[in-house]
Amino acid sequence: MSHDTAESLHTDDSLRWEKLKNRLFLGLCISASLFGVVALVLLLADVVYESVAGIVEFDISIVHFLTQGARRDPEDAGFMAAIAASVWLMILTTLMAFFIGVSSAVYLEEYAPDTRITRLIEANLANLAGVPSVVYGLLVLAAIVNGIGTGSILLAGAIALALLIVPIIIVATQESLRAVPDGLRHGSFATGATRWQTIRGVVLPAAMPGIFTGTILALARAIGETAPIIMVGILFTARTPPGPFDTFSAMPSQIYIWAAQPQPHFHHLAALGIVVLLAFMLSMNAAAVFLRNRYETDL
Amino acid sequence: MSTDTDSDTAITAGVARADRVRDRRVRRTLFGCAAITVVTTLAIFAVLVDNGFSYFYGVKLHEAVLGATLDQQVSLTEFVTGTRWAPDHARPSHGILPIVYGTLAITVGSAFVSIPIGTATAIYLSEYASPGVRSKLKPTLEVLAGIPTIVYGFFAISFVTPFFISPAGDLLGYNAGRYNLLAGCIVVGVMTIPMVSSLSEDAMSAVPDDLRNAAYGLGATKFDVSLRVVLPASISGVFASYILAVSRAIGETMAVTLAAGQQAQITGNPFNEIMTMTAYMVSMARGESAVGTVEYQSLFAVGMVLFVMTLTMNLINDWIKRRYREVYQ
Repeated sequence: MSHDTAESLHTDDSLRWEKLKNRLFLGLCISASLFGVVALVLLLADVVYESVAGIVEFDISIVHFLTQGARRDPEDAGFMAAIAASVWLMILTTLMAFFIGVSSAVYLEEYAPDTRITRLIEANLANLAGVPSVVYGLLVLAAIVNGIGTGSILLAGAIALALLIVPIIIVATQESLRAVPDGLRHGSFATGATRWQTIRGVVLPAAMPGIFTGTILALARAIGETAPIIMVGILFTARTPPGPFDTFSAMPSQIYIWAAQPQPHFHHLAALGIVVLLAFMLSMNAAAVFLRNRYETDL
Repeated sequence: MSTDTDSDTAITAGVARADRVRDRRVRRTLFGCAAITVVTTLAIFAVLVDNGFSYFYGVKLHEAVLGATLDQQVSLTEFVTGTRWAPDHARPSHGILPIVYGTLAITVGSAFVSIPIGTATAIYLSEYASPGVRSKLKPTLEVLAGIPTIVYGFFAISFVTPFFISPAGDLLGYNAGRYNLLAGCIVVGVMTIPMVSSLSEDAMSAVPDDLRNAAYGLGATKFDVSLRVVLPASISGVFASYILAVSRAIGETMAVTLAAGQQAQITGNPFNEIMTMTAYMVSMARGESAVGTVEYQSLFAVGMVLFVMTLTMNLINDWIKRRYREVYQ
């Protein structure tokens, strides 16, 4: 602070100005904080309003919506095929990403010597987390869909999502492993256990709640990812639930198809689809929180 | 020592050796998994370069290396300097500038939303809010970052554009379309607010109270402490959060595709429709059906530019963190 500010502080006027300035600044900060909250409320209210409007104005039957596949005719369209595709995607993504993610994290935390290669892997992880999801879609499109020639199948979409969330799972697992106190490891070593026996018998069980929580949160992110799914799959209206080797349209891509249509009827279908998608994400997040609270132990 | 214990030791030694062998095998498997992450990066790079090459020369890079003849279809100069982007047009034209402009416009516009609001939120959270308020407000705001981006796109076309931007456009004498740049900037800005606010708040909370107390002791007000002590002391973390938000905005796909549209043009009017690089990729995505066409190849050239842009952002982020890291006890 300069000299004259300090001197002028003695006058009443500048004191009042300081107070006013402080109050204005606080007001500004509070409004900024509320802006985000208001935006969130508006967004959720908009989605709910549009879906209720769809049910009331366009007579969309919820049962029909949840049990039928997508159709070109909005009157008859449902979300069932997309829900099934997303559930399949989640299962396959988990199978691939969980093992690779947890294994990598165990290596980096428990085994890796502090060499250049280790540092390269760590730096690369940070970089991967910043790669736009659409680029993962491009990778799978070129390497697997057209490279191996699988075509736009659901499994290829799951691979894209798995690649996308592996870095997230690794970071979450690393944090849980770091939270396991070294005393536990040393105790295990002292009984003559090898490193792997220690990890399998002591470290991993202690870290498991954290690992599961992190994995579920990563999956909640994956289920809402649209861009890689669109790059890998063909945009089409899926009538029937797909298997792992069928072409597919998952929840987010079906929502995109509907939202991009000009007719308002499709718009309300998209809103209903978003409600279902958010419900899935919400229950996954709730499961993660439950796991954390239920099994979190003070180590 | 008796023979008895000798054989015991031999057995234990055998078991121990087997354990050690297994330990090494497990270690190798785990290393293999960790290596997959590096392979992913290399594969992304290889795929983008290999296929991107075919956009310019008609054959993939590895085919060219193996001796296929080049057939130049797009010149690099046109790609970098051209101002009309229409690779799928009957009269194709390959200047990437309009969609780079679209991406930068969204990035800069959204930064005007996320950076001031996010920073002010972070200051409130770290300097003013009671622990109770903070423990509720922070996770609430982080929900914004967890909502799928497609939902933001829907929010833009069903709420932001009809209820805010169209009336504002009417007021200013512009005709806002169903898709417009401003809506894209707003929704991308909103979704990146929590990245700025949470990470900046972490950095600000890490500033030791001694610094604050020293300033208060000199007669500083909360305003002075926030802006002249805490903010400068945490500037590296704050900047890192900005870079992260910007990097996310560059790669943002679904929200901008739905909100800002798919018409590639360089325009200063925020009520006009634009197209970002990511929106182009979505509009060209046709799965397996279009392999070998210029449109398909262009995906990878655009993807390469996008990848380089976000990679640069990440490297800058890394550099800032290392160069300006403040460590407090």
